Amino acid sequence: MKTAISATGLNLTFQTNDGPVHALKDVNLDIAKGDFVSFIGPSGCGKTTFLRCIAGLETPTAGEITVNGMTPDQARRARAYGYVFQAAGLYPWRTIGGNIRLPLEIMGFSETEKKERVGQVLELVDLVGFEKKYPWQLSGGMQQRASIARALAFDADILLMDEPFGALDEIVRDHLNEQLLDLWARTKKTIGFVTHSIPEAVYLSTKIVVMSPRPGRITDVIDSPLPKERPLDIRDTPEFIEIAHRVRDGLRAGHVDA
Amino acid sequence: MKSVLPIVTVVAAILGFWVLAVIPMNMHLTADQAQRDGLVVMPETPAERQAYSGLGLTLQNTSLISRTYTLERPRLPSPHQVGAEMWETVFERRVTSRRSLVYHGWVTLSATLVGFAIGTGLGILLAVGIVYNKAMDMSVMPWAIASQTIPILALAPMIIVMLGSIGIQGLFPKAVISAYLSFFPVVVGMVKGLRSPDAMQTDLLHTYNASPAQGFWKLRLPASVPYLFASLKIGISASLVGAIVAELPTGARAGFGARMLVGDQYGQPLVTWAALFAAAITAAALVGFFSLIERLTLRRMGMHAA
Repeated sequence: MKTAISATGLNLTFQTNDGPVHALKDVNLDIAKGDFVSFIGPSGCGKTTFLRCIAGLETPTAGEITVNGMTPDQARRARAYGYVFQAAGLYPWRTIGGNIRLPLEIMGFSETEKKERVGQVLELVDLVGFEKKYPWQLSGGMQQRASIARALAFDADILLMDEPFGALDEIVRDHLNEQLLDLWARTKKTIGFVTHSIPEAVYLSTKIVVMSPRPGRITDVIDSPLPKERPLDIRDTPEFIEIAHRVRDGLRAGHVDA
Repeated sequence: MKSVLPIVTVVAAILGFWVLAVIPMNMHLTADQAQRDGLVVMPETPAERQAYSGLGLTLQNTSLISRTYTLERPRLPSPHQVGAEMWETVFERRVTSRRSLVYHGWVTLSATLVGFAIGTGLGILLAVGIVYNKAMDMSVMPWAIASQTIPILALAPMIIVMLGSIGIQGLFPKAVISAYLSFFPVVVGMVKGLRSPDAMQTDLLHTYNASPAQGFWKLRLPASVPYLFASLKIGISASLVGAIVAELPTGARAGFGARMLVGDQYGQPLVTWAALFAAAITAAALVGFFSLIERLTLRRMGMHAA
């Protein structure tokens, strides 16, 4: 198994007016290529901060992190990852197609290639026919799918997602989780996924990273024994419930000694 | 169409108040005139009448009420007098005539538009500087705010005289004052607009490894468009005020400001009032024009008009 992301002895301290905040403490983690890794934990546990470190949006104060063997900055320049934020954040003055084209314009893709890729990713997220619509004409779930398409457009092999479905209702979220697994199976990407929903983490992941706050650290790493093929009703099986238990225990343990 | 009724109601109320106010405001003048025409007026001497308020004198001389509306030089002209003066000076004079309001309007409007263009351009440049340069952020904004606390009425004559002394006259000095008033709302609006994209949006561009120039053209500039239009609508009316104020202190011979001054100095209130209304209508038309452009632009950009 090739390593996609590797962190060793990662520390990050923010200086705030109330003194230093230890956002990440001694984080060691290896993510293999093709893994679907969820980061779960209460707010302030550093799960988003860790994702931002991978993307080079935060700079660790100590330790080392590599993405495809490069520093996060080099990886960004090599277009190693696409990032999906909590809110879709589509530009209201661009159509859905225009929004997906944005990274391609910035990276200087040719006109024919832009057209081709926009078509491809629209199909991947099941938004064919919405290319000419504006964001306000789409539902929240469709907007988030469009933002995933935007992150996929330049074909980075790592997809980083920061609570992408946090603002959506349960039914839409279930549907998008199913679609995301399908997309992951088809594209074979490595996915880093931040969430605070236990069922979501267990349903999606091959590896679940349980984190706890003050200081932000990893308390448990669970390799999921669930099969790759996962219908929604897998959530009622004993295996699923067992993993969910272990995640919940991990979260609770982290909470007690915090 | 639903909004028409409330507007008509308010306009009718204002007109009604105006029409009623004409009577007491003009009663002293009307009484003097009527006495010269040989009518019986109570009380009999102007000195005695001065002791009465306009309303009190009206109650003594109800028969003179209709005459308050037809004075040649009223203290407060009635709406129909102002309307007639405007009709005459707008439609019945050649536009090149010095007695045409269209002529005077164009003199003021041309200075307004030149000043507005300068002010808007300067405002956008300053805003870009403020957003992208920390030193400008710290230094320019306080000066921009301070500039607007100086009464323009005090500043305008100095600018006109100074520019005049180095040989710059006519349209340009007025445009400078227009620009002085209109750059400020543009700076404030554009700074706010260019800074409107949130951290998530800038982080997103960072993950694409976008250059600062790409961030400006693809994110900050389009995001600032709704803010720019709000500023332009304030700026254009401020420009018009600036051009009119610039005409007042220097004895300009043409322009709305000159007309207002002439009406005042030569005791022709109708001229002043007609110029005043023409200026107000011009301002409303300019703001309306920019509202229209705003709506068309935002619709073309796919955004809802704010």
